[in-house]
Amino acid sequence: MASVNDVVIKIATVNGTGSASANGLLMKSIFRMGIPVVGKNYFPSNIQGLPTWYEIRVTGSGYQSRSNRVDIMVAMNAQTYAKDMADVSSGGWMIYDSTWPRSQLLKRDDITIIGIPFSRLCNESFEGARARILMKNIAYVGALAALLEIDLAVIKALLEETFAAKAKLIDSNMQAIQLGYDYARANFKCPLPMHIEPMDATSKSIIMDGNTAAGLGCVYAGATVGAWYPITPSTSLMDAFRKFAAKYRVDPETGKNNYCVIQAEDELAAIGMVIGAAWNGARSFTPTSGPGISLMSEFIGYAYYAEIPTVIFDVQRTGPSTGMPTRTQQCDIMSCAYASHGDTKHVLLFPANPEECFYMAPVAFDMAERLQTPVMVLSDLDIGMNDWMVPELQWDESYVPDRGKVLSAEQLEKMDKFYRYLDVDGDGIPYRTLPGVHPKGAYFTRGSGHTKLGAYTEDAAAYQDVIDRLLVKWETARSLLPKAEIRYSKFNKAGILTVGSGDGACIEALDRLAKQDVHLNYCRVKSFPFGDEVGEFIEQHDVVYVVEQNRDAQLRTLLIIDINADQRKLVPMLHYNGMPINSGFVVDKVLEEIAKGRAA
Amino acid sequence: MTYIAKPKISHPGMPKNKLGLTSRDYEGAVSTLCAGCGHDSVTAAIIQAVFELGIEPHMLAKMSGIGCSSKTPAYFVSQSHGFNSVHGRMPSVTTGANAANRDLVYIGVSGDGDSLSIGVGQFVHAIRRNLNMCYVIENNGVYGLTKGQFSASADIGSKPKKGEANNQEPIDAVSTALSLGATYIARSFSGDKEQLVPLLKGALMHRGFALVDIVSPCVTFNDHEGSTKSYAHTRQFYHHVIDIDYIPPAEEIKAAYAEGEAMPIQMHDGSTIVLRKVDRDYDLTSRASAFKYLRERFNAGEITTGLLYLDESRAEMHELMGNIDTPLSRVPYERLNPGSAELKKLQGRYR
Repeated sequence: MASVNDVVIKIATVNGTGSASANGLLMKSIFRMGIPVVGKNYFPSNIQGLPTWYEIRVTGSGYQSRSNRVDIMVAMNAQTYAKDMADVSSGGWMIYDSTWPRSQLLKRDDITIIGIPFSRLCNESFEGARARILMKNIAYVGALAALLEIDLAVIKALLEETFAAKAKLIDSNMQAIQLGYDYARANFKCPLPMHIEPMDATSKSIIMDGNTAAGLGCVYAGATVGAWYPITPSTSLMDAFRKFAAKYRVDPETGKNNYCVIQAEDELAAIGMVIGAAWNGARSFTPTSGPGISLMSEFIGYAYYAEIPTVIFDVQRTGPSTGMPTRTQQCDIMSCAYASHGDTKHVLLFPANPEECFYMAPVAFDMAERLQTPVMVLSDLDIGMNDWMVPELQWDESYVPDRGKVLSAEQLEKMDKFYRYLDVDGDGIPYRTLPGVHPKGAYFTRGSGHTKLGAYTEDAAAYQDVIDRLLVKWETARSLLPKAEIRYSKFNKAGILTVGSGDGACIEALDRLAKQDVHLNYCRVKSFPFGDEVGEFIEQHDVVYVVEQNRDAQLRTLLIIDINADQRKLVPMLHYNGMPINSGFVVDKVLEEIAKGRAA
Repeated sequence: MTYIAKPKISHPGMPKNKLGLTSRDYEGAVSTLCAGCGHDSVTAAIIQAVFELGIEPHMLAKMSGIGCSSKTPAYFVSQSHGFNSVHGRMPSVTTGANAANRDLVYIGVSGDGDSLSIGVGQFVHAIRRNLNMCYVIENNGVYGLTKGQFSASADIGSKPKKGEANNQEPIDAVSTALSLGATYIARSFSGDKEQLVPLLKGALMHRGFALVDIVSPCVTFNDHEGSTKSYAHTRQFYHHVIDIDYIPPAEEIKAAYAEGEAMPIQMHDGSTIVLRKVDRDYDLTSRASAFKYLRERFNAGEITTGLLYLDESRAEMHELMGNIDTPLSRVPYERLNPGSAELKKLQGRYR
């Protein structure tokens, strides 16, 4: 196999051994050489000692999803050696630590085995068990630098930035790099037929994970109160918010905080705090994952009925129940859309990558305050915790937060009487007031039956009046939310419809299918309720492949319920084993369907 | 059933507070609780306390959960914002509300079911944070709205109207709060307004978590012979330890106290609490001795009332976090957004 800038490297290590920094160094070096990269971390729900993998896809074409190939396996974990060897694509390479003899049973004739004595090299050069383990991981970066032709100067520059204040660490890391590099150059033909060459395709990009981007987005959106209960894979979102808030939100005059982050006792309390803060006029939010949504559901229904702006980031992980906390899925679509008992439905936003996590944060707050309702941003582990190459983030200085229909003291002073739940403008959205602003603004917030004037009721007509008005608001939401992204190829009657992190795999699949003369149109929904354009897209096609990452075709179900889409046209394509979806899956499924004679 | 608004007729001679308002201005809708319910007496005490303190109605936030007690915020200060949340979750909503606006006065009204069963987690964690609020528990030992099941505060041996006596240990809100470090802890009785009103005033003005646990009998389900939360039982066994007088800021202490009887304590807002020691052995600044005393009196079958613990020195939630003095919800957006230049600069680290 020979190629340039199209290679997948998978590194098998043990968690807690510093391999994350080695892998980050490797990926960033390639990125700094101007070549697009995709990084995926497959890690256990564990602190130290279990197998972990990192996959770097070098993609000169700039695709965003993982590949189902493994061209070069770096097998540093004896526990998983056999499985790792089996994973290498035919014609690929496998690098292993040849300090110890390899079992003769583990053989494959269709791949090339590269043995490098990492442990021996590091034991000879470094003192102390911890340093030796850490440096062994840095040494494989050196070996790969030789085999792939990564510029050592780029690696050195990165180490200098990382360890700016610790010169000794720069030297020892560089020494380990050199050990691996020199050994590979001396013993193998470098570079491999599959290698990299500098490009200029990353200068306007950054590498960031979605949780960092979302946390940063919340700072830029003007969020002041965050409440949370730690849960994988959402924890790093609040970590990011705290970090950025500590940097940007400390009052220069007093040294005090312009923000408040509360670690709640559980998710029930976290959402209660968010609702209390929003009721009182702060932009507030909570990050969580599926189990948290289950726990928050009662309060989500409260916020829907009492009409309180509430922003929730659900970084989805594999369910049901505890499921696989460190694996990805899009399995909370239905539970978020209809969270809580009674007739409830909620606004959802679907970012597809870290860039959209950043830009959708202010949209989520704007929509929550404009619509006075919970808004849930459905990210997932793949987006939230993996490093993505995305275009540099821009901030539009003209942005003004939409705080929605909030009456000021002056407006209240001029009013005879204020009623909380009157639909004055016909858009289903009433006016609200904030406590402490004006005596005339006072009202009683309740989750019990209430009239449009805000009074408690058990009266049939008065109850129904409010519940029906919420449907008017639902239609207003439909018109305000971000529109789906739709792309037309050549004229044809088949399309792909997906959501969130399915985007990268589908876009790449469209290219690959086009090469086989299969041309599909494309629709990626960005919000729920669905805009009219989504219904029109489905109507225009004879068949629509609905690609999503859950077992039960939750997105497809929502399309049928919300916009009465013709279910006979909607062919589910479901990827739900916990690994991020790849284009090969989509291509294969589409070709299977075509072979069955369904369309295209 | 709808709430009935009370007609607003006030006598010209009615006393006015420092804002020029009468106590009628602090009333709410007509109560829908059972005639004789202890909670209505507590409501009346709250109205009196808030009126006398001269709190601007719109600067008071009335928070509650679910249950008979949690209905009562509708029955006082109708010009205040009320938040009737979900069962057992009033503390978290109040925590968030306070995080957003620390200028309001927060009163939470809860019950023994709401705070000691379904909401016990939120109750204890609000205490740990020393959330600045007045937390009232209208404690009657039973669930009223679902017709008389025991709550977690029911005493061992207390008999229901029908069926077996309770044999599980009660959760005592006062000693729980004491062990968790609440900074103002009081217990009283709905039938003792003279003691209750000053305790509520002190709790409303205290900076930090102030618990007022009030025995408030349920006339329908727990006011019979054999109940330890009945009017008769409470009247017979309750015992004043320390009563207080609340003196507003800049007002002189006028009452004449006997030598060694009274001890003034300065509060953060400039007001004074004068402790009238009924039991001279009691030290309300020591958690250890307060705990021992309460346990001994409890074992003797007594209901200890008064201001039972006070710590004016501990920082409340915002101070512990180092937050600005301005309510966060009032900080202008321009001061919250780092701007495009900072964003560009920051991203240098993500290459």
